[in-house]
Amino acid sequence: MIRLDNLTKVFDTPKGAVTAADHINMDVPAGEICILLGPSGCGKTTTLKMINRIIRPTSGKVFINGEDTTDLNTQELRRNIGYVIQQIGLFPNMTIEENIVVVPKLLGWDKAKYKARARELMDMIALDPDAFLKRYPNELSGGQQQRIGVARALAADPPVMLMDEPFGAIDPINRAVIQDEFLKMQQELNKTIMFVSHDIDEAIKMGDRVAIFRAGRLEQYSTPDELLANPKDDFVESFLGEDRALKRLNLVKVRDVVSDEIGTVSPGDTLETALARIDDFGYQNAILVVNDRRQPVGLITRSQARTTKGYCRDHFQNVPATVSLDDDLRKVASLMFSNDITWLPCVDETGRVCGQITQRAMTHHLGSRFRPKEQAPATADPATKE
Amino acid sequence: MELFQYALDNLDLLLSRTLEHIALVGVAVGIATLTGVPIGIAITKNERLAKTVLYVASIIVTVPSIALFGIMIPVLSLIGHGIGYLPAVIAVLLYSQLPIIRNTYTAINNVDPALREAARGIGMSQNQRLRMVEIPLAVPVIMAGVRTAVVLNIGVMAIAAYIGAGGLGTFISRGISQSDPRQLIVGAVAVSLLAIIVDYGLLALQKRLTPLGMERAAETA
Repeated sequence: MIRLDNLTKVFDTPKGAVTAADHINMDVPAGEICILLGPSGCGKTTTLKMINRIIRPTSGKVFINGEDTTDLNTQELRRNIGYVIQQIGLFPNMTIEENIVVVPKLLGWDKAKYKARARELMDMIALDPDAFLKRYPNELSGGQQQRIGVARALAADPPVMLMDEPFGAIDPINRAVIQDEFLKMQQELNKTIMFVSHDIDEAIKMGDRVAIFRAGRLEQYSTPDELLANPKDDFVESFLGEDRALKRLNLVKVRDVVSDEIGTVSPGDTLETALARIDDFGYQNAILVVNDRRQPVGLITRSQARTTKGYCRDHFQNVPATVSLDDDLRKVASLMFSNDITWLPCVDETGRVCGQITQRAMTHHLGSRFRPKEQAPATADPATKE
Repeated sequence: MELFQYALDNLDLLLSRTLEHIALVGVAVGIATLTGVPIGIAITKNERLAKTVLYVASIIVTVPSIALFGIMIPVLSLIGHGIGYLPAVIAVLLYSQLPIIRNTYTAINNVDPALREAARGIGMSQNQRLRMVEIPLAVPVIMAGVRTAVVLNIGVMAIAAYIGAGGLGTFISRGISQSDPRQLIVGAVAVSLLAIIVDYGLLALQKRLTPLGMERAAETA
């Protein structure tokens, strides 16, 4: 959808020529969010701004939907690309409505159509149209303003969006909320998005792909999981941080690691049976009690099964926690740590036990990606380290 | 009391000269706005040109008005208007350029670069950016420049009475030549009051022209 072909920018400065972007080659498939990530001055913003020609490329080409944009009219090109910047840039002399419909107006939509579009967008970003459309930007909070900024960029329904650290100036709590809202919107909108960030956690959360930049070069371009599992070199590795395995916890779902083999007992079984099962399955501490609808009701511990006689229904302890298949491993790890246990039962959407997740399976899953294996990284840039 | 009596006795004259004064300044500053604002916008595109233009405009303001009138007499005599209405208007026109050009230039230049980038990024042409964003945001500061020009030139126009332009300055010049303190003081007070009242009136206009969403920015002018 967006293809950068040897895109290069050389700035002439009093200290001589500075190469801000050096033969960048990238391909962003339709409907994906590509995060441009790197330390400041690495060329990520320059690369982004060459796509809508806020910065003119020194050489190289940008293709959108297979079309070379070099010869397109700059203003028309920009009207078909949503643009969101960190400073938000709402026009203070215009109402929220006027801000949102500015691109549709430039494109010559008729009034009824763009007015309806403004209301539709307000619904999408979860702000009440009647309360907000007639107000001015300086009456809104930063988070609200940036939602409007996103709405303005989406107004003419452009297939491509460029976002330059869009949530960078928003406080951390609101930022997480807006990120989640945005991801939810993106599931329906399926825009092709280039997104500049300097925050590795944001990149992992938001990106379908992540491009790591350094000193004007594209160092590595791959999925977040691949990036964290196989950083290409020392720079990427140190940029990702020493806790990169922990960062992957966000990306892996219970679904990927769950084992559907789980030994259980029912309330009517005797504790003797429970002890036998614990030994059969090789469990160290306890076994799960499920009712006839396979819902978790409690735990029988090994020590109790060994020392007491009777039925499970009379001797179980509470289940400390359960996880569902769509939870990420970060939540699982947190629950394990806070309850001091090494496994958790998994339940499906209907609340039925469908398997278990163990600490060992998690470490194995995360660790397996670090073992050396032959796998070509998705990096398009042939550049090698100096 | 004597002064009041004089003012009351000559109320008609006072009013007609006040109107004359306002008309002179109004026409001159009006034309100056029509030239100064476009010049101020144009020079934002070229820093060197901007420096030159602002420098020339500053020099003009340093020329004493009485000298400027003197210079214009031989020049404008060529078309038969060495004294009177025309040189007065031209002088005010020239003096108005600095505050109007400078404020326009500053206001447009000070538009938040993020807004300019946002405007470019969503595909506005240069003219659309000016019309939809930059000029509306610059209006309060431009209006402040117009106000400065008007107040400054109400004073200048009083001196233009010496070249026969009329207006409230006539009271002052006659007061001096006839050694009549009543005329002198009534003229001086009238000029001062006019300047204060017009300034307030323009301030109210400036507030009305300020875009609703940015009322606070108006105070900086």
